[in-house]
Amino acid sequence: MEILALLSSGLLEALQPINLALILIGVTLGLFIGMMPGLGSVNGVAILLPITFLVPPASAIIFLAAIYYGAMYGGAISSITLGIPGASTAVATTFDGRPLAMKGRASLALVTAAIASFVGGTVSIILFTLFAPALASVALNFGAPEVFALMLLAFATFVGLGGDDIPKTVLSICLGLVFAAVGFDEISGAPRLVFFDITGFLHGINFLVLAIGVYGLGEMLWTIDTTRGKITSTEAKMSVRGIAADTKASMTRGWKGMSIGSTLGFFVGILPAAGATPGSLMAYGIAKMTARDPESYGKGNPDGVAAPEAANNSASTGSMLPMLTLGIPGSPTTAILLGGMVIWGLTPGPRLFTDEPAFVWGLIGSFYVSNFAALVINLSFIPLFIWMLRMPFTILAPMIFVLSIVGGYAATHDMHDVWLMLAFGLSAFFLRKFDYPLAPAVLAIVLGPIAEPTLRQSLLLSSGDPMIFFTRPISGPIMAVAIVFILLPLFAFLRRRGRARSHGA
Amino acid sequence: MRRGEFITAGILAVLSLYMMWKSTELEIGYIADEGPGGGAWPFWLSAIMLICTALIAYNAARRTSPPSRSTEPVLDAEGRKMLVLVFGGIFAFVALVNVISMYGAMLLFLFYYLWFLGRHSLLLSATISIVTPVVFFFFFEALMRVTMPKGMRFTEPFYNWLNTIIY
Repeated sequence: MEILALLSSGLLEALQPINLALILIGVTLGLFIGMMPGLGSVNGVAILLPITFLVPPASAIIFLAAIYYGAMYGGAISSITLGIPGASTAVATTFDGRPLAMKGRASLALVTAAIASFVGGTVSIILFTLFAPALASVALNFGAPEVFALMLLAFATFVGLGGDDIPKTVLSICLGLVFAAVGFDEISGAPRLVFFDITGFLHGINFLVLAIGVYGLGEMLWTIDTTRGKITSTEAKMSVRGIAADTKASMTRGWKGMSIGSTLGFFVGILPAAGATPGSLMAYGIAKMTARDPESYGKGNPDGVAAPEAANNSASTGSMLPMLTLGIPGSPTTAILLGGMVIWGLTPGPRLFTDEPAFVWGLIGSFYVSNFAALVINLSFIPLFIWMLRMPFTILAPMIFVLSIVGGYAATHDMHDVWLMLAFGLSAFFLRKFDYPLAPAVLAIVLGPIAEPTLRQSLLLSSGDPMIFFTRPISGPIMAVAIVFILLPLFAFLRRRGRARSHGA
Repeated sequence: MRRGEFITAGILAVLSLYMMWKSTELEIGYIADEGPGGGAWPFWLSAIMLICTALIAYNAARRTSPPSRSTEPVLDAEGRKMLVLVFGGIFAFVALVNVISMYGAMLLFLFYYLWFLGRHSLLLSATISIVTPVVFFFFFEALMRVTMPKGMRFTEPFYNWLNTIIY
């Protein structure tokens, strides 16, 4: 009952005129960002975070969360009408969405995607509302060793579940952590890692400089380099009656995908390395595996649109759970939100629920409102969004570059950081060519300022004995799970080798 | 791609070594009653990075990573041209910020990109290039009270005039 009272006050907070306005703007921007190939929620949140310093923190994060939501809806629009995913989270939506559009059922695919997104979003928000306060109250007893163990777990999931090249993933994590250490040593107060004695490094490397460099500049260069060919768009005729019929059709033909996606997405979203992209791919895979007619998948099965779309929305809410309750982000986008919260003077983690209940519940309330707003805006403006998709990339790209440069400057007011951002952007472009995952580096630069002090405090507590992480009742099991994740690739490697040997014999 | 994989690993190895060396400016060992020294965290992380670069190079030598098996060039002629024109444009944009102000540099960059790279009509290019900095100016300077670099002295009269509108 207490939760219901808190939730209703949160809903009232989210419906305040300024917050409601920001939700509507955020969702619309998010839809646009998600729809545009080369831009996803993480790019939108990274590029737009610097301009939210004007509004109060609670409203700013509501705005950014609305962008996150909208982007999950928007990705499907280009997956279906262009056949290229608007964001990596909508890759699985192309598998069946595009064939449906080619058959002249683009409208059915778009409506199914919107409704599945809404169902996925709603299911996950309800799960979130039930789990979050309980998890936060458990986490309240965490000390430095437990927090460090959680950080290690977050990085371990990238190694074990990220699916990228292991040495490259580890390198990316370490690079982010070392960049986070630039500036001053917090304990001795001495300057640290002031590269080439350039004074600009004395104030450290702001996480936004790396995030905008990677997701603003680097990603745009990558998109320009990879999508040189022409893109053809499918027309979708929409009418009120058509939408009503398609809604009915999508509910009867896509309910199974929706239920698989909604539940699976939430739990995959909680894992730091996973998030919405693998969540949607897994949901698609499981929906196909359990289907009575798996051969119809890939040819335009509404379930194949519903499963990934429900999953990516569900996962985006899921990834907010560890961010708000434990202070570890569940996805690159939430990592940037977490960094933003620190700038706004909020300490993410379990204390947030007791210290800032109005903020937390206002944000949770906004999830419900944003989700509903995204459904309505999406369904009513689909023709407009399709028209906007015809905007040439040569107009969008320079705008993004300008926003990145201006945003990077607004974050720190130092041209040194803008130059650094340029360097990061160019490096990110090349590193991506060689399959270096960069999301771990962005996550690490956000978590570095938490991970290092907790490690040092823990070792101080134990007079330098690292066993402190293993002997405490909560940090011990977390460390054990983290180590299993780190060793997972090794097990897989040994098994592959064993199998290869037995084949050879 | 294969050569690029080695070069990238090499550059990252040099970076790791540099960061290890830079970390030793502070204590990298354990200080009794004080915990690990200030340099320990970045030093050992950079050391792990160095080991990773060695593993990456080893994998590339055994041709187990996709880029080390690929025979495609890292950038073909068109890709190189794109990078020089686009990134060069951004570079010039940032370099011009302290000369002709953020807004002036933005205007030139947009016009260069839209008209020269995008081959849009003169009217469209000019309209977007002029309207965008004006909107940004009023958004940042008037609404958010964030001052952007105004460049060298010669832009002063112009911005003084604009400031009389917003203040």
